Amino acid sequence: MGLISESLVFPEQTFANNEEALRFLAEKLNAAGKVHDDFFDAVWAREQKFPTGLPAGKINVAIPHADAKYVKESAIAVATLAKPIQFHNMALTDQELPVSLIMMLAIHEPHGQVQVLQNAMALFQDEKHLAQLLAEHDAHTLFADLDKTLAGISLDQ
Amino acid sequence: MKKILVACGAGVVTSTIAIGKLQEELDKRGVPKDEYKIDQASIPEVPSMADDYDLVITTTQYKNPNGKPVTNGLPFLTNIGLDQTMDEIIKHLDLKPTK
Repeated sequence: MGLISESLVFPEQTFANNEEALRFLAEKLNAAGKVHDDFFDAVWAREQKFPTGLPAGKINVAIPHADAKYVKESAIAVATLAKPIQFHNMALTDQELPVSLIMMLAIHEPHGQVQVLQNAMALFQDEKHLAQLLAEHDAHTLFADLDKTLAGISLDQ
Repeated sequence: MKKILVACGAGVVTSTIAIGKLQEELDKRGVPKDEYKIDQASIPEVPSMADDYDLVITTTQYKNPNGKPVTNGLPFLTNIGLDQTMDEIIKHLDLKPTK
């Protein structure tokens, strides 16, 4: 099974701020049995110290995550946002970025997941593809696209 | 043998991505693998480790208290400015690309 599942993909979400968004995704991962109860606290603490907003171009993304010890089984939860919310920039931490896609990474063994992570980075550089994902209303279609993309299968074929 | 330390907040996710990309780019340029060694760390570990390394790359904003220069590793995540960063790293470490 891939890292991503349909029940952890959430299109067109609305959140008041990034804390609310991260709490939502962390709780979904916890409910699915993927992470320990303190995963959200760890993610939120880390986000404030080492923010995860990634300046990808026109459409910015965030990749919140925590140490492997808070994770039971590697998984990825994704939310696309109806309205962007502010995250701090990973590289320039006093700067804020409007983020439209959040990919929460619960990674237990990072070295086993390098390819998936690199495929995710390649997606973040593909503005057209990101725009398509943001326009998607249906969780199943959004999941199918992300699943293929993270597995490195080109959709053009 | 040049030693490179790649660090991120928790020493888990973004440093793993950056190392994968750095390795790929060094291979692409034909830098012999026996010329360098890459290790991984979390940001809090950097001050105690940095002295043992020829180059420190961090994916997050970081000022090294030891005063050693730190390379911004964001291009390894976003590809933006990657070639320039690679040129700087190769020059700084005096590596010998064969391609």
